[in-house]
Amino acid sequence: MARHNRITNKLGIEPGGSFTPLTPDSWSRARCEPIPAVGRAFVVACLLGLGCVQGWAQENTQKQAPQNKQQKAAQSKQAQAPQTNPPQAQQKTAQQASQSSQPQAQQNDQKQMRGLDEQIQEIKSDVLSISAELRGLEEKLLYPSGTQVAVFVSLTKGDTMRLDAVRLQIDGQLVAHYIYSAKELEALRKGGVQRLYVGNVATGDHQLEVLIDAKLESGEDFSRTEHFSFRKEVKPKMVGLTLAGPASGNTPIALGEW
Amino acid sequence: MIRAPHQLLGLGLVVGLAACPAAGADLRDLYFGEALYQAYQGQYFDALERLDTELAQYHGLDQPALDTLHYHINDAEFSVGDFELNYRMHQRAGRAIKAVLEGAVDESVRNEAAFRLARIQFQKDQLDDAMESLSRIKGTVPEEIKDDVEFLRANIEMATGKPSEAVKVLKQLRSDTSLGGFASYNLGIALLQDGRPQDAIEQLDKAGRLAAVDEAGLAIRDKSNLVLGTMLFEAANFDRAKESLDRVSLEGPFSNQALLRAGWAEATAEQYDRALVPWNILAEREPTDVAVQEAMLAVPHAYAGLKLYGRAAVMYGRALELFSKQIEKVDASIGSITEGRFLKALMREEARQDKDWVIRLRSLPDAPETYYLMELMASHDFQTALQNYLDLEDLKAKLTAWKTSIDAFDDIIRLREQNYEPLLPGVDTKFRELDSRIRLRQEQRKHIGERLQAMLTAPRPEYLATAEERIAGERISQIEKQLGNSNSPDALALRQRAARLRGTLTWRLETEYHERLTAAYAHLKELNVDVDALTRQYDAFVRTRQAATHSYAGYDAQIERLRSRVGDSLQRVDVVIAQQGRMIETVAINQLEARRDRLVAQQTQARYAVADSYDRAVRAQSGAEKP
Repeated sequence: MARHNRITNKLGIEPGGSFTPLTPDSWSRARCEPIPAVGRAFVVACLLGLGCVQGWAQENTQKQAPQNKQQKAAQSKQAQAPQTNPPQAQQKTAQQASQSSQPQAQQNDQKQMRGLDEQIQEIKSDVLSISAELRGLEEKLLYPSGTQVAVFVSLTKGDTMRLDAVRLQIDGQLVAHYIYSAKELEALRKGGVQRLYVGNVATGDHQLEVLIDAKLESGEDFSRTEHFSFRKEVKPKMVGLTLAGPASGNTPIALGEW
Repeated sequence: MIRAPHQLLGLGLVVGLAACPAAGADLRDLYFGEALYQAYQGQYFDALERLDTELAQYHGLDQPALDTLHYHINDAEFSVGDFELNYRMHQRAGRAIKAVLEGAVDESVRNEAAFRLARIQFQKDQLDDAMESLSRIKGTVPEEIKDDVEFLRANIEMATGKPSEAVKVLKQLRSDTSLGGFASYNLGIALLQDGRPQDAIEQLDKAGRLAAVDEAGLAIRDKSNLVLGTMLFEAANFDRAKESLDRVSLEGPFSNQALLRAGWAEATAEQYDRALVPWNILAEREPTDVAVQEAMLAVPHAYAGLKLYGRAAVMYGRALELFSKQIEKVDASIGSITEGRFLKALMREEARQDKDWVIRLRSLPDAPETYYLMELMASHDFQTALQNYLDLEDLKAKLTAWKTSIDAFDDIIRLREQNYEPLLPGVDTKFRELDSRIRLRQEQRKHIGERLQAMLTAPRPEYLATAEERIAGERISQIEKQLGNSNSPDALALRQRAARLRGTLTWRLETEYHERLTAAYAHLKELNVDVDALTRQYDAFVRTRQAATHSYAGYDAQIERLRSRVGDSLQRVDVVIAQQGRMIETVAINQLEARRDRLVAQQTQARYAVADSYDRAVRAQSGAEKP
């Protein structure tokens, strides 16, 4: 009979969910935020793979925690069971052979993975730089500063309204109609600001109509339309809309200009 | 775009994004808010790109204090580092932190940077460097990271084989509620490493009884109980081992191992009937799990212990069947991976949409390559490799889309050039004519303004004469000239009349001077309004004219450079993504082959045990039949 797996992963662990040294993308948020979905899956995977995870302290632990007499006795007692002994012996030999070659292979794999990881980081850096340059070019070509207008949307801090959609009209023309996903709404609630629309208008005065559709905490539908006017000067125009439900006591749609 | 200097990026690593997110109402810089919006959705590439650009622009300003980002500059610089780490760009983040450490920053900022650098180094197994970084922490340490610093120190001490030092540190931290059961558990492990098993048992017992408020807390409590149970079992303290193992949640991730060990605790004490309880529960669970596969052999072992050899033989037979099926599954998985379906499964869109996609992958009927994925995913390096592979796929998609965008930009520029080139020469000619007229009028206005200004100190009534008056004056002068010096009575009479007329004219000009000066100023003011309107129109035209040229001229070099960079990056991504994919597949296959070896060994074991159990059953039956 095969002996049960010994716990070798007695590695000290960090909070934040991981039982191997923390993942780079999780430690920065440790104890600040819930574990992200992928991270959570990883944690579950780590936990499930208790016996398999080869932590950095594992070897130390094994070296420093030699088997005691009782343990050997327990093993020998186990070994006395006649119906399991021969297979166990065979398995042990096979496992020993594979175990001796496995760490070396694993180390090689890890080395290669880390080498690739460094290359990937360089690529990411390059692509980020390309992206920024491309965005700059796009802005210059499509939204020159003389005519550029951008409309941003944010939620009032602590507002519980569930924003479903925002519709924008500039000078009577529909320019944006956006329906929010749960993830986007959550990002807005945390304080993020969405750039809802970027376009071009001539210098001078313009009319902006904003319609919001939302659901209140009570489940009631909430809809509001507001009309604003803004003046486009020579420089790019940024219009900020701060939205709020009736419960917050704030104006449902407030206009801010930058 | 010019990247922000590293020292600026490094500051980003000083304070966690989550620690102080900018709230919508307090936000002064919309683009910073936009970067946060992307980051909160896990879109770190977009967040980084946006924030890098903003920071580069901010630091390029002559007076950055006047920019709206100035209100959030610390948060922004802190956040960019977090985004880099979340986007798995540790090198850049690490370099940036080092730059912060060497820069002129506040003590608390430098200390936090040192802490963050130490964490990265610890993670990369650079333990000496990590300890050195921690040793740079001096003076004021931000309150929110004080315990984290010590916790990290303890982990490094443990990793460098100094458990006694770790014990000293962890003893100070075990009551820290923010660290949950982690400090408590780690203290138990440090005591064990320090050769104090009894103290370790007591400490793990405490850790195993702590109240858990979240999944992570529950998991660490379960792990404490599992490790404790195993230690007690190895110390032949079976009753207490079982008590500890029983505390492990039946639904938690450690439950399978706990059930297996609980069974062994009973079986080792020769309580086979009691061992069957956890093992039978376990045998019904997910058959790809290592513990479940062991339980398939453990159950008949217990029956054999109860001398129910016939039942044991049947159960060994079932185990044999299960191992054969599992070997087939592993073979199918290996085959499927070899055919490249593993990577495809990981890239499935529905998998990306589901937050528990890793878990659900195993249940996909048409994805046999994922059956043993969970254990594979337990490796941190594999997880990073997989995330990198997904990142590369995203980058490839972006670069491919950009290639199309660049072609579209080329088209836009070409069309604009075709549109403007024939029009602009005519427009320019007309503009030049208008421009000279405008400039003439502007000069006139300027001249009049200067004259009026001079007349305030040196009155010149003749300057304010009307055209009629000027003509009349000139006619009088002409008459006077014609009369000459003649002394004839007629001439004298006419000269007197001319003198009277001039006197009348002069009288009018002198007496109406102030009134006329005021009117002239009023008219000049009115003219100013028109001149201003003209100037605005002129400026608008110049801007529009410039914009027309700028809309198509001067982009060639930039577009060519971008096209070449995108092409090069795409090539690099293609090469690296292939290598990364192969690496993931190799690691997956190695893992599966190890599982296969284990299953084959268990299969052999079960095959032998079936025969052995039948023999024993026969012997037992024949022994029973003998009087």
